Amino acid sequence: MAPEMSEKTQSSRATRLARWLVSGPPLLFLAVFFLLPSAIMVLASFRYPGEFGGLAPLFSTVPGVLHGLTFETYQFFFSDIIYVQVFLKSFLVALATTLICLLLAYPLALLIARSPKKSRDLMVLLVILPFASNFLVRVYAWMILLGPQAALSQAINAVLALFGLTPVHLLFSPFAVLVGMVYVHLPFMVLPLYTNLEKHDPMLLDAAQDCGANAWQRFWRITFPLSMPGILSGAALVFIPVLGMFAIPDILGGTGDMLIGNLIKEQFLGTRDWPFGSTLSIMLTLAVLAVAWLAARLGRGGKYYA
Amino acid sequence: MAMLEIKNVTRRFGDFSAVENVSLSIESGEFFTLLGPSGCGKTTILRMLAGFDLPDAGQILLDGKDMVDTPPEKRPVRTVFQNYALFPHMTVAQNVAFPLKMARIPAAVQRKQLQEALEQVHLTDKAAAYPHELSGGQKQRVALARGLVSRPRLLLLDEPLGALDAKLREEMQVDLINLQRDVGITFVFVTHAQVEALALSHRIAVMRAGKVEQVDEPSRLYSAPCNRFVADFIGHINLLDASVLQAAHGHHVHLDIAGLGEVLAPPHVGLASGGKGYFAIRPEQVRIGVHEEVRELKNHFSATVQQFLYRGDVTVYKVRLDNGMVLEALLPNAAPGRARLFEVGDTVSVGWRHDAGVFLVA
Ligand SMILES: Nc1ncnc2c1ncn2[C@@H]1O[C@H](COP(=O)(O)OP(=O)(O)O)[C@@H](O)[C@H]1O
Ligand SMILES: [Mg+2]
Repeated sequence: MAPEMSEKTQSSRATRLARWLVSGPPLLFLAVFFLLPSAIMVLASFRYPGEFGGLAPLFSTVPGVLHGLTFETYQFFFSDIIYVQVFLKSFLVALATTLICLLLAYPLALLIARSPKKSRDLMVLLVILPFASNFLVRVYAWMILLGPQAALSQAINAVLALFGLTPVHLLFSPFAVLVGMVYVHLPFMVLPLYTNLEKHDPMLLDAAQDCGANAWQRFWRITFPLSMPGILSGAALVFIPVLGMFAIPDILGGTGDMLIGNLIKEQFLGTRDWPFGSTLSIMLTLAVLAVAWLAARLGRGGKYYA
Repeated sequence: MAMLEIKNVTRRFGDFSAVENVSLSIESGEFFTLLGPSGCGKTTILRMLAGFDLPDAGQILLDGKDMVDTPPEKRPVRTVFQNYALFPHMTVAQNVAFPLKMARIPAAVQRKQLQEALEQVHLTDKAAAYPHELSGGQKQRVALARGLVSRPRLLLLDEPLGALDAKLREEMQVDLINLQRDVGITFVFVTHAQVEALALSHRIAVMRAGKVEQVDEPSRLYSAPCNRFVADFIGHINLLDASVLQAAHGHHVHLDIAGLGEVLAPPHVGLASGGKGYFAIRPEQVRIGVHEEVRELKNHFSATVQQFLYRGDVTVYKVRLDNGMVLEALLPNAAPGRARLFEVGDTVSVGWRHDAGVFLVA
């Protein structure tokens, strides 16, 4: 009896060790690069800003020097409606980008998923090909494409002139920001959708047709609901990064097109108000967590796809 | 005119004919089975009936109307797919009601027909379950209910019992027979399992390599196969090389079995003296024994027991005839002590009645 038991505990000790060896490094990574910075950020948000950037000391005996902990940054955030407005605007931009990406990506993903196996891989490669060049370079390219001298602007303004309307400026506008956001994030919607659609059993569509469903009903009642997990992960992969994005509004947007990302960047690199930057970051993180929680809740119906 | 007429239908894939010049007439209310080995074109025929595939030549008439221009969703035909093809995101009730919903049947009627269909397949208590929560047999019944709920003219079943284990399959066979009789809908059933086909069908079409070999009632198919393929495919059968000695002589024909001698067989149209072929006789028609009763049969020979297989309900003896041919004989084990009447090496007599067996032209 006894030796068996010790063997058992030994083997369970071995599996426990193996489990730590496998899950240890990723956990360590998360601790060092996510938990620790988050903790620092939370702490920083309750501090005063330093005189020349950074943080004011926690303890100081010098009179007149701000020190210690405070709720000031949070009071400041809610005292001015403009910050909430920037948050709302960022949410709207993220929502619009997600919806436009979904509308553009769905037909594409469906087309790829229903192509012959051989051409599918090539098409997926084409979808991810833009990642081969630098993200900033691609966004700057849009600056040229949307510029006043470019064919697009010229054509639109020529048409507008026909009707006697004032010419429009495409670049440095919310429109340009949206174009850039959609362009950059489209593959993140296409790939999860394709991965989902590719797994659908074509027999189900035959069965639906056999039951009297026409092409639209087959899509709406079978393909679409079954693709919900793909839609949700695509939406999360687009919505969350767009919410924090600052480079695209910086490059393609006008002065009025500031989003949360720009605001946060401004606190750290511009006005050097680290505590307020931290507060904004925490607000953003909470917002993202709320969205992720909502997506997970909505996606719970996906249990029958296994 | 029959309800369903398949007229000279051919379907080619490239140079290969999956279905070649097939003609079948299926009557209203019939349980009709397409039986044949895997790859003989059964599914291809069903797909053409459902409308997922079109014939390259020939016609399919349902109630006298050519179906070629009617897409699957407009045909009064439903299919029970081999792997069920249930919609995983819908409950049992939603799955079964799907055809009603597509047909825009009024909600009250939908509820009534759904209830009826669920009762027919004994799934009323599973109405709210999802397909992944069901056993294989239950999924099978959902697929059946979905096929029957909107009262199609024709229900196509593609090896619907193939994925079930043996015991469940037998239960489902009984259920299917009862269900078909109750609803009165014409079934076209596809299987490669001859036992299943014999048990279920009113009529069976035996297929081989895209062609129909024989269409008949199960008992006729079993007792009077038209050629060697059908004889071999349906059940077990002993095939002995034979030639016709005398085509018609009263109530039987005289055959010569190579190296064994003359046997009497039932008469058969279109036989000519000297014709070569096989004498085919079922194992259960072959008597085996040491007593007078066997030797009193018109056809009897001596043989040596070579092997026996105890199967519980029956024992199968393989005996070697004097000409070296091996014959299977089947003895029911109805009485105790019958399981092992003979031992390997025993000399026995085998025989069969003069009206048993059939001569098949080579
Ligand atoms: N779409 C297709 N393309 C090419 N060959 C096919 C196609 N469908 C069926 N076949 C061929 O036709 C033959 C009959 O197939 P099928 O009707 O599925 O047989 P069964 O259902 O009797 O097993 C098979 O040899 C199969 O490979
Ligand atoms: Mg098949």
